[in-house]
Amino acid sequence: MTLTDFLLLLRDSIPGGVRLAIPLIFTALAGLFSERSGIFDIGLEGKMLASAFAAACVAFVSGSPWLGLGAGILTSMLISLLHGFASITNRGNQIVSGVAINFMASGLTAVLGQAWFGQGGRTPQLANEARFEPWEWPGLEAMDQIPVLGWIYRFIISGQNSLTYLAFLAVPISWWVLYRTRFGLRLRAVGENPAAVDTAGISVTFLRYRAVLCAGFLCGFAGAYLSIAQSAAFIKEMSAGKGYIALAALIFAKWKPVPVLGACLLFGYLDSVAIRLQGKSLPGVGEVPVQIFQALPYILTVVLLAGFIGVANPPKAGGVAYTKER
Amino acid sequence: MSAQPGQLPPFVNYGVMPLLNLVVAFLISGIVVWFIGESPAEALRTLLEGAVGTGEGIGFTLFYATNFIFTGLSVAVAIHCGLFNIGSEGQAYIGGLGAALVALTLGDVMPWYVTAPFAVVGAALFGALWALLPAYLQATRGSHIVITTIMFNFIAAALMVYLLVNVLRVPTAMAPETRIFAEGGQLPKLGWLLALFGLKIGAAPFNVSFLIALAMCVVVWALIWRTRIGYEIRTTGINPTAATYAGINYTRMVVIAMLLSGGLAGMMALNPVMGASARLQVEFVGGAGFVGIAVALMGRNHPVGIVLAAILFGVLYQGGNELSFWIPTISRDMIVVIQGLVILFAGALEYMFRPALARLFSRTPRSGEPAVAKA
Repeated sequence: MTLTDFLLLLRDSIPGGVRLAIPLIFTALAGLFSERSGIFDIGLEGKMLASAFAAACVAFVSGSPWLGLGAGILTSMLISLLHGFASITNRGNQIVSGVAINFMASGLTAVLGQAWFGQGGRTPQLANEARFEPWEWPGLEAMDQIPVLGWIYRFIISGQNSLTYLAFLAVPISWWVLYRTRFGLRLRAVGENPAAVDTAGISVTFLRYRAVLCAGFLCGFAGAYLSIAQSAAFIKEMSAGKGYIALAALIFAKWKPVPVLGACLLFGYLDSVAIRLQGKSLPGVGEVPVQIFQALPYILTVVLLAGFIGVANPPKAGGVAYTKER
Repeated sequence: MSAQPGQLPPFVNYGVMPLLNLVVAFLISGIVVWFIGESPAEALRTLLEGAVGTGEGIGFTLFYATNFIFTGLSVAVAIHCGLFNIGSEGQAYIGGLGAALVALTLGDVMPWYVTAPFAVVGAALFGALWALLPAYLQATRGSHIVITTIMFNFIAAALMVYLLVNVLRVPTAMAPETRIFAEGGQLPKLGWLLALFGLKIGAAPFNVSFLIALAMCVVVWALIWRTRIGYEIRTTGINPTAATYAGINYTRMVVIAMLLSGGLAGMMALNPVMGASARLQVEFVGGAGFVGIAVALMGRNHPVGIVLAAILFGVLYQGGNELSFWIPTISRDMIVVIQGLVILFAGALEYMFRPALARLFSRTPRSGEPAVAKA
């Protein structure tokens, strides 16, 4: 591969990178709401998987992607309630609850999928109308005349589905909710110092429940994106560790909404490059194992956590159940 | 709030409560089975018969249990130091590399009983090294060990796939796995042990690793409750500030506990790699590291409890295999559901029945609740 080929590959990986980043954005924002309120959420992966399954099933039965999305969101929010019940009401270990959710989602989607459709955990192929299909924007030919913008317009702005646009909308909305509303201020406060919030007469329990419900809501979009926008069916284990990459992106973004977007785009892009680089050799370097690209998000996150790229301070009360003084 | 009621009598804390949690998990599993149109009673019978009905079934059950004893001990040692090691999975994976390297070299020229001690050391060393960096970062730079160990699981997975595909794979073969180990690189089966009880081992890969696992239980018990270092580890786990004040070096304790934890996780690789498949394969750990969390929680971080909980999960694994064989509508993934439910009820929701039980067996409150690792 020549240098020009390599540069072209880097460029052509951008649209794919954006597509791969969408579920990460939704999921990392979900984690943001939960973790800023002091509830660790390892169960992002499971919520994404379960909502992907629910979305595919309902979209198949009803033929409507929006109903599918609704089912995905509902499923994910129900799981959030379970996580809340375990870690807020019962003050159980949040990590263990997340691990349990991941196990149950992984098992139940496969068991139910096999029992209902008998295709080895797959759901039936969806018709085009039952999916979120890409939007073709007007004036592609006209825009092609402009050198760089035309390419961006054709491959990145146009040709995406509704959920992609919603993902980019979700970032400023999340920022606004967390930093410009009373609810957001309280949510962030409860993740830092729940006792102070409690003293102010605000229910820590209710706040945290609302925060995990927000997380469930956003995770539902991520799951639906996987099964009824990116592909046309649910496939067993289709979340494939994306929940954990989103978690890494959340930490890499130091628990802040706008950097979350950047981190997710970066990790999505790395994934996209890795797919295209498979089996090709780089100019001057030779063949680079794709596993390096797969591991890179995690390595970067560890390096960041070690304090080599600025300081990442997690919410202070994260992972600790709140016990009211008696 | 009715938080933390008085201390429960031991038989409730160690017996009634885990059992109750388990029963609820099984009831819900039964509902899932009923929901997909099969009979829960029939399913439970098939599961138990498959797991403990025959000598071969028991062999398989104990084979799976061996994995969980190692990972359960691994998680428990870390918890005693107040650390949540969610990275047993990755440490076991890398431990497999250590075991395989010994088996591929020494195993060609030496009999198994010479290879085995080196393999134990190799597996433990590799697993421990994989835990070293997260431990060091937690102790000195405050990087949260839960997050770093999760990241290390994925880095381990990428590294092992790379090594198996590009370095260790037999050049002529397609599958990403090493060559079959020579006789000296394999751990012998424990048919004679089952034969003592009049059972036939059949095709079950129940092997010497089980005895190593039991030996490790004794070692961990002695270390945690009978040595100075164990005392320091437990003190750090209960109250790091007090421990530091008493002159215990926090960094040293975290690193030691995590090296032990990683080493125990690494040893788990002996069982599937050298005891069963006689080669290193991708994803041979298969979630055993995460099951270790449930095993440690249910076993109350004590070796005896861990052995019992590990056998329970062994029954689930083996029984689940049989279940999917005899009742095809219930796919093998049903085991994952049951595991998830057990982890949920025995782990995350373990205190759900506590207030009710406390009312039943009320005793005067006493200070010094057993330490639970901070998430």
